[in-house]
Amino acid sequence: MADYDVAIVGGGLLGSAFGWGMARAGQSCVVFDEGDNAIRTARGNFGLVWVQGKGAGMPAYAAWSMKSTQLWSGFAAELQDSTGMDLHYVKGGYDIAADEEEYRQSISRLQQIQDEMGSGAYTYEILDNAQLKSVMPLIGDIPGAIYTEHDGHCNPLTLLRALHQDMQKRGAQYRPNSPVTEVRQQTGGGYELVDQAGQIVASAARVVISAGHGSTRLAEPLGIDLPIYADQGQVLVSEKVAPIMQYPTTGVRQTDNGSFLLGVSSKDVGLDTRTDLTTLAGIAKRCIRIFPFLARLRLQRAWGALRVMTPDGCPVYQQSATYPGVFSFACHSGVTLAACHALEVTKWIMDGDIPAAFEVFHPRRFHV
Amino acid sequence: MFKRIGKNEQQVTFEFLHRTVIAREGDTIAAALLAAGILEFRQAPEDQSRRGPYCMIGNCFECLVQIEGLGSRQACRERVRNGMRVKPHRGRIELEEHDET
Ligand SMILES: Cc1cc2nc3c(=O)[nH]c(=O)nc-3n(C[C@H](O)[C@H](O)[C@H](O)COP(=O)(O)OP(=O)(O)OC[C@H]3O[C@@H](n4cnc5c(N)ncnc54)[C@H](O)[C@@H]3O)c2cc1C
Ligand code: FES
Repeated sequence: MADYDVAIVGGGLLGSAFGWGMARAGQSCVVFDEGDNAIRTARGNFGLVWVQGKGAGMPAYAAWSMKSTQLWSGFAAELQDSTGMDLHYVKGGYDIAADEEEYRQSISRLQQIQDEMGSGAYTYEILDNAQLKSVMPLIGDIPGAIYTEHDGHCNPLTLLRALHQDMQKRGAQYRPNSPVTEVRQQTGGGYELVDQAGQIVASAARVVISAGHGSTRLAEPLGIDLPIYADQGQVLVSEKVAPIMQYPTTGVRQTDNGSFLLGVSSKDVGLDTRTDLTTLAGIAKRCIRIFPFLARLRLQRAWGALRVMTPDGCPVYQQSATYPGVFSFACHSGVTLAACHALEVTKWIMDGDIPAAFEVFHPRRFHV
Repeated sequence: MFKRIGKNEQQVTFEFLHRTVIAREGDTIAAALLAAGILEFRQAPEDQSRRGPYCMIGNCFECLVQIEGLGSRQACRERVRNGMRVKPHRGRIELEEHDET
């Protein structure tokens, strides 16, 4: 007999959503995580729960993001009720353009997505400068923005904390500072997880590999192809200001504690989280173009974090063909998809099967 | 409480919330305030809890103060100057009053 129904490797946004969903469904589960010096994207993201612009060329991803935002309010409310933590989830958001080129691109991309989604298409509103100014008086001389009620933002650190706290309250084991180095098949069924010292730390009927950038090494020996790479994003944080901006925009949002977050760059620099002045200055310049008042604020800090990126930007979900019961999940936008991961993907894991409709997220799509 | 080490006797005088603080040349504002027995630098905007320096190396931002002419600064990263006027950090500033500091 295995110790647990499910063992999850990685306690970031994906692993925590799975652990929470599993515990909520009454499964016995354990979540292994590393410590403070690990690469932890869950602690460095921008906090958007976002749909707009996602899934051009992959309508299943657009629909999946949309589904997650539809589940998000209930998901946040449930976490909030159970933990007393306010996730500060606010719905409504603007894809804002700093120049004509960005504006044109956003509009045509969104049109393409709607065409591809067919009956699943969602509503949005294109606002020119004057229209945008009437709802956001602080904008500068920019072309405009696209608004949807489906986009939004939250406090992603509170989200992570709430998931950790509540999954343990519901019976899941959380083991920090416990890197798993190997997953191997047990004689007689099930899998065992091994630590650096070669000790077996747990056994489970099913295993989920959702260790962000740590996944590749674990997954490879299990016949799992994981085409992910690190896409570095840098974020700037301003001093705290009394609330003046309720809704998030692409690149600028005011957090629940008053800071403005300015983002977000995209660079392929390997596993390097260091910030650099050129990138930070580029971000600041674009954001000040959009909201000139930002130039008057003092910046307090900046950070770099590593997106778990796939070649087409869409999730990579799979079950090992050779080791049934071993799943691997990786994606960008783990905040947005947290609700789907917690409430939908956990059903697949329990069923031992990824439904046919989600086969499109298998990485074999990169080998046609 | 805190005890000074080193021998620099050059005095610098500055003001913290209407109180005159005597510091040594080369002190950071944070070191000077702590040496004067002042532990509360600000109130946290989230819950109004009282805060003061934690890391003293520029990482935690717990030591924020308001410096006349400069605005919001980390007290552990600014050296005291004669006649400087410092106030506790005001938490969340209003955008309009921002330019006055
Ligand atoms: C700058 C930036 C901005 C972003 N903005 C947004 C946004 O606005 N909205 C959004 O939805 N998403 C956003 N994201 C993406 C989001 O943060 C990620 O999708 C999400 O964090 C990925 O979750 P993860 O669990 O796969 O990886 P992580 O969050 O990195 O978690 C992986 C965990 O696994 C642990 N681990 C690794 N190896 C092992 C091992 N061998 N054994 C045990 N544990 C291990 C690590 O320590 C880590 O805790 C952003 C990302 C970045 C970088
Ligand atoms: S005491 Fe930590 S930043 Fe000043």
